[in-house]
Amino acid sequence: MMKTRDVVRVGIADMNISAASTTIRTSGLGSCVGVVLYDELRKIAGMVHVMLPDSSLDRSQKLNVAKFADTGIYALMERLKEEGARPMALKAKIAGGAQMFQFGSSDTLRIGPRNIEAVKKELKRLSIPLIAEDTGGKSGRTIEFDPLTTMLSIRTVNKGTKEI
Amino acid sequence: MNSELSISDIHLDVLKEIGNIGAAHAATSLSQLLSRKIEMYVPSVELVSFDGMFELAGGVDEVVVGIYLRLEGDLSGSMFFMLSIESANRFVRKLTGDESFDFHTPPFSELGISAMQELGNILSGSYLAALSDFTGLKIQPTVPSLSVDMVGSIVSFGLIEVSHYSDEVIVIDTKVREDGVESVNGHFFLLPDPSSYATIFRSLGVL
Repeated sequence: MMKTRDVVRVGIADMNISAASTTIRTSGLGSCVGVVLYDELRKIAGMVHVMLPDSSLDRSQKLNVAKFADTGIYALMERLKEEGARPMALKAKIAGGAQMFQFGSSDTLRIGPRNIEAVKKELKRLSIPLIAEDTGGKSGRTIEFDPLTTMLSIRTVNKGTKEI
Repeated sequence: MNSELSISDIHLDVLKEIGNIGAAHAATSLSQLLSRKIEMYVPSVELVSFDGMFELAGGVDEVVVGIYLRLEGDLSGSMFFMLSIESANRFVRKLTGDESFDFHTPPFSELGISAMQELGNILSGSYLAALSDFTGLKIQPTVPSLSVDMVGSIVSFGLIEVSHYSDEVIVIDTKVREDGVESVNGHFFLLPDPSSYATIFRSLGVL
């Protein structure tokens, strides 16, 4: 893949955006969900690495909007608008939400599916069409989106790389 | 909640001390089990960002064999035992006598997985026994669960609880080194839930 091009990296509970000249990547998604929003024509894309389903769960003193599905997707949309993306043209691709372990408290075990549900609910609320997804399962994912081709490449440890 | 609890260097030093006591016990058990000298020590106890935590564990993309245990009782938290694939292979082959076992090529034999989980049981058991003796707290681990995957995917699961309260986590990192092998080949992480910070510090007399 485009090894000569720069890559914008997105950490956990973090978001960032990329213009056409760079791809955007987040690594090691487990139960977290990576959400890509993009404006195909303007070649602008953003990614948020969602860790928890809803900001009502927040018990911190300072809200990190990128951590939650509801606040994260909304904030990413606003950020993309500032960069010149057209809100009505935004589309989404998502990946992640795996169940990495078989044991744990039931709430934590279901965190992957709950994140996926919450992401889809928020996309629907914002009328952003979900174009493709690679969610669930038991494997971690590293994902990279190219705003030029609008392809999301997904790498898993034992199943190689695929594009959606 | 205890998110107002400010964590000082004294707190971290005390955790390092109990980490080293736990690590010494765990290293003895592991050395006996594998009939070879295994060293375990706590290089540091830090308050780090989630991304910083992945760096400590070898990098977010690094593929490792991870064992996860949930801690319950007087304190709650997560425990991870993470080994490079090469080290995990050596340990499992030694325990099972199955020289063909390889964490690079799934599906893995039941026996191999059991051996790896047993390793996690013994390590966490001896570590927690030492911790309990020292603090007077009763701590029970759940059954260990195993995953061969990227550091980020594995460790983030143990950060879910913490992430409700904070974007930083107290990590008691224990490095695992086999005798005669140059590089560090494993980590043992204890991540107390923020709701247990006060309990731990009170039991150690620093709150």
